[in-house]
Amino acid sequence: MNQVKKYGGLIWMAMCPLVIWLLAATAMEEIRKHPVIDTKIQWGVFVIVFIPISLGLFLFGWFAWKGEYDHLPESSDELIQ
Amino acid sequence: MNLKGPAQTGNPIWKVIGASSVGTLIEWYDFYIFGSLAPIIAAQFFPKSDPTAALLATLATFAAGFIVRPFGALVFGRLGDLVGRKYTFLLTLILMGGSTFAIGLVPGYEKIGFAAPIIILLLRLIQGLALGGEYGGAATYVAEHAPKDKRGYYTSWIQTTATLGLLLSLGIILGTRTSLDRNEALSIQKFEDWGWRIPFLLSIVLVGVSVYIRLRMKESPLFTEIKAAGKISTNPLKESFMHKANLKMVLLALFGMVMGQGVVWYTGQFYAQTFMENVCRLDFGQTRTILIWAIMLATPLFILFGWWSDKIGRKWIMLAGMLLAVATYRPIYQTMLEISETKGQTTDPSLSRVERSIMPSDNADFSLVHVTTHSYFQNGITEKEIRRDTLFNDNRATGTGIGKTSRELPDSKYWLMVLMVFIQILYVTMVYGPIAAFLVELFPTRIRYTSMSLPYHIGNGVFGGLTPFIALLLTTIHTTDPLVGLWYPIGVAVVCLIIGTLYVSNRIDPNVND
Repeated sequence: MNQVKKYGGLIWMAMCPLVIWLLAATAMEEIRKHPVIDTKIQWGVFVIVFIPISLGLFLFGWFAWKGEYDHLPESSDELIQ
Repeated sequence: MNLKGPAQTGNPIWKVIGASSVGTLIEWYDFYIFGSLAPIIAAQFFPKSDPTAALLATLATFAAGFIVRPFGALVFGRLGDLVGRKYTFLLTLILMGGSTFAIGLVPGYEKIGFAAPIIILLLRLIQGLALGGEYGGAATYVAEHAPKDKRGYYTSWIQTTATLGLLLSLGIILGTRTSLDRNEALSIQKFEDWGWRIPFLLSIVLVGVSVYIRLRMKESPLFTEIKAAGKISTNPLKESFMHKANLKMVLLALFGMVMGQGVVWYTGQFYAQTFMENVCRLDFGQTRTILIWAIMLATPLFILFGWWSDKIGRKWIMLAGMLLAVATYRPIYQTMLEISETKGQTTDPSLSRVERSIMPSDNADFSLVHVTTHSYFQNGITEKEIRRDTLFNDNRATGTGIGKTSRELPDSKYWLMVLMVFIQILYVTMVYGPIAAFLVELFPTRIRYTSMSLPYHIGNGVFGGLTPFIALLLTTIHTTDPLVGLWYPIGVAVVCLIIGTLYVSNRIDPNVND
């Protein structure tokens, strides 16, 4: 199972640039098709909000790749360092 | 550490649950009435004729839900871990109630001009901020009073509040809308003129009662203990998000459970409503009563799944809800389409009728004509098309009037639609009932409020809150498939399901006191 978790990490990391590219490309396309302020704000908010979340997914994948989820903490002492 | 239970702290558990749940329910009510009345508020404060006002309307919609909520989670989560749960969620309640009441008092754009949309935007931002801080506090407060074998059961009462807040907002709006005059059409007109303010003003009474109850409560026993022991975090944000050990659990909570829960929640209760109204073209009142029935029938299941999660663990109940949603959303929405379909149906000409009413306008050269066509289809559906047009004095209409169609379902189809929405809310109860206990158990007491609030509000505010918008956007891009919008919640839930299955533990933490 730990091997599956580890290699799954590669998928989560790969999803980060994929999501960012997909978002940015769709945003540019939609703004080009409807160049009004509403469209710009909507897509601007989507891009601004989802980029840090995608980076979070990359970090999650990185932790998984490094085996950080092989053992989950069973006490708060393991979380507070 | 010798930690006190509810009896020792003088906070009986049902009083704790009651005080927390009522306040949280009112906060959800306050947040939802703005969304439910958005078209009326837009007409009062954000006229489309003024582009800047329209811009502020878009900001009010997007910023409050998606940016300010997670920001509120950080601000109030930090405060809750520094000064305590009780005073923090008391503050969020006052901020929410005060801003909701104030929205009901703000004069319209016609009276104070540009100041009106700016004030509304600011008040809406305060609402979003307060909501971001409320949930984590209430869930933490109840969980920190609950014994380990009843944590899921007791916190599931908090989980009913978001749905009941929606129910309360729908009920009060429907009730007010139809009770301002004996003539229903006049009542609706009065509601759109000034009656919409009543649900906002009513909030102050609800919040007043809730503040009174919460003021009489004592601080969480676990927080009191760590405070007495000098173990309070000095920098909850840093400890939550800069320390790898805790950060990885925040990320796991978000991607392995909350983002999937968020999209299932918003699809079942918001997208279903949008879909019935805009795609199935059902009548305003009927869509609301369908949702009200489904919510009332499903709400006890939050408690059932919360209770059950104490027996078998949280993980598989929540993931089963996501799996069912992924597998059945498309057939469910296809059935909803078929229930309300009139294509291919013949109308009964003996029952169909056309009503025409002419109303004078401010301009002497023309009047306004309303043509209402009632059609009765073989399958029992009644369709009403209202077309508004300009009628010149020579009896010539422009022919370019605006039309609006709404359908009413006969009883058998109505209850089938209730069943379709009920099934979706059943999934909501599975993913949402145990999640407070799940989140509380992931994090230590000293940074619990901060650590659980952020993933919760990103999962629900961003992933969930965006569901209706992204689903609608998909239907405008791929116009041939009316169900294309469902790929967004299905896609997010699939990713979450895989991550949750692989990485999340089903272990119930025996000790949340550390």
